[in-house]
Amino acid sequence: MAREWTELSPEEKREERFKQWLSPPGVSFPTPQAEKAYKERVTRFTRAFKLQKPDRVPVIPPAMQSYPAYYAGMDMNTVMYDYDKMKSAWLKFLKDFEQDMDTFVPPVMIPPGRALEAVDYKLYKWPGHGISTSVTSYQCVEGEYMKADEYDALINDPSNYWLRTYMPRVFGAFKAFNTLPPWTSFEEIAIQNFVPFGMPDVQAGFEAMLEAGRESLRWLSVVGEVAMAATAAGFPGIMTGLAKAPFDTIGDTLRGTQGVFMDMFQRPEKLQAAMERILPLTINSAVSAVTLGGAPVVMMPLHKGADGFMSMKQYETFYWPTLKKVILALVNEGIIPVLFAEGSYNTRLDIIGDFPKGTVAWYFDRTDMAKAKEKIGDRCCLLGNVPTSLLMTGTSKEVKEHCRKLIEVCGKGGGYVLAGGASIDEGPAENVRAMMAAAKEYGVYK
Amino acid sequence: MSGDYVNLLADLKEDEVLKLTKERIDSGEDPMKILEDSRKGMGIVGKRFADGEYFLPELVFSGELLKQITELVKPHLKQEAETKRLGKVVIGTVAGDIHDIGLNIVDFMLDVNGFEVTNLGVDVPVEKFVQAVKDTKAPILGLSGFLTPAFDAMKETVEAVEKAGMRKDLKIMIGGGQMDNEVCKYAKADAFGKDAMAAVALAKKWIGAS
Repeated sequence: MAREWTELSPEEKREERFKQWLSPPGVSFPTPQAEKAYKERVTRFTRAFKLQKPDRVPVIPPAMQSYPAYYAGMDMNTVMYDYDKMKSAWLKFLKDFEQDMDTFVPPVMIPPGRALEAVDYKLYKWPGHGISTSVTSYQCVEGEYMKADEYDALINDPSNYWLRTYMPRVFGAFKAFNTLPPWTSFEEIAIQNFVPFGMPDVQAGFEAMLEAGRESLRWLSVVGEVAMAATAAGFPGIMTGLAKAPFDTIGDTLRGTQGVFMDMFQRPEKLQAAMERILPLTINSAVSAVTLGGAPVVMMPLHKGADGFMSMKQYETFYWPTLKKVILALVNEGIIPVLFAEGSYNTRLDIIGDFPKGTVAWYFDRTDMAKAKEKIGDRCCLLGNVPTSLLMTGTSKEVKEHCRKLIEVCGKGGGYVLAGGASIDEGPAENVRAMMAAAKEYGVYK
Repeated sequence: MSGDYVNLLADLKEDEVLKLTKERIDSGEDPMKILEDSRKGMGIVGKRFADGEYFLPELVFSGELLKQITELVKPHLKQEAETKRLGKVVIGTVAGDIHDIGLNIVDFMLDVNGFEVTNLGVDVPVEKFVQAVKDTKAPILGLSGFLTPAFDAMKETVEAVEKAGMRKDLKIMIGGGQMDNEVCKYAKADAFGKDAMAAVALAKKWIGAS
């Protein structure tokens, strides 16, 4: 690059990122066909995101989480603990759906069970750990992990708060970290600073952390193998980074749903200040996750701002302002935020599309897609809306017909990616195929 | 004064309503009367929620206010509060699913609309549902679920109720997250409700109280 990255305009950054995604540095394709297929697919997604007409509507298989395990006759519990089995399941899915897919999601959403166990993670339950082994997903445990009177501690020094207050609560293994010295200040002759590290329970905590680290690396190398196999076979990834709305970070991770809703009445200023404090942290971690060569996309699952959760006024006061700042920051970095609105977002459509054309994408679960296309489809790419219930319990004919209608409504002029309303963890493979067939049959632009 | 009290609670005026609660207790008023007024206030909250004026934050906050009021009043109560109820409903989140935001809203709305609710909580095994229906003789069962694994758990719960010979006297509604009419058909439940208001309407219809 002739100019420094920081001197580029948002458009130039976006172009550069798309260019690098199209020809990822360091990737060599085994065959010219694989390379050609990879570039075709990347171009298809790129044009859809930019609201241009691709050759046809791209499609994401609704299998971002544990579906490949189910498809291979395994379950979530098995693949969370046996990485070889995980790899074989995902590679089987890759091979069997080779003719159908536009993108492939490696098992990044399957966390390593033993690493979570090593640190005694309490924020989630997963199959075989708190819920039945046969369950197909991990689930968040609602709780007030940050107390109402701890806002100032979080705001004043987040690192210190995570390390010495939050981690001891959320990880059983780090219980003794509340005895660690704060690292915000430092003694010149650091004698006292090291004393707590001599304590057996603190040492046990760090040993657990090292073990979780080793386990995570073992897991990552297998996930990396699968991801590389997929790229080599011509399938680009679609999720490079993940980020949350600051309101959800407070509501899901820290205060819990009850807590954050109470705070809207009892301490609104603290809540706002905490969201502003978390904002730059969110932006930094999302931007740094998007390396050149990967899809210039950050997926943002949105939870507590959905229709019915809060009023429009509350949404505009508490949820949207900091979320919008995250979105704009990503746009300015040339990254496409894909905002995954779980539930429905019908009442939010009037205000959520106000971005430069082709810079932001909305992934809808149950939102009225005709209305969405009409209200924000001229500026934002739309994704999603094939109901999980239909995919899991309907017939392949019904699935195909539903997809046909969706493409008809949302595909007009480009700017639509066919995708599930959410991911499925089980269900007939012919329904997954029917969805992808629909994109090819009905999604071609002339 | 009691009208003001009802409205203060309905308008979620925390400081005022708690202050007034203390004053009413100190003046020696019958604590049952205070609880009755709280109930009326919560009824208005429920109505505002149904009308789209209030949302989850208001429900959560009003629940907290009611808790605080009850704690103030409780030491002065001579007998347990008893209110006439429309009918019984058993609810719970099905096995394998630990989400309860939606479940608790349904609980709240059924309660303020006069139903006696037995809330079994989350990740409820099928046997526990069967037992609760048996014990309470409730004519209505509400199954909640957020994620797709709940599809099968709902189906299994309905089957278990059927196997226990209780299906024909029982109306079953489902709701939450990824649930819809497709899932209702699949699970062989009687109805899908898209929100807590729908749950109230269904329950009222089924006991003939609408």
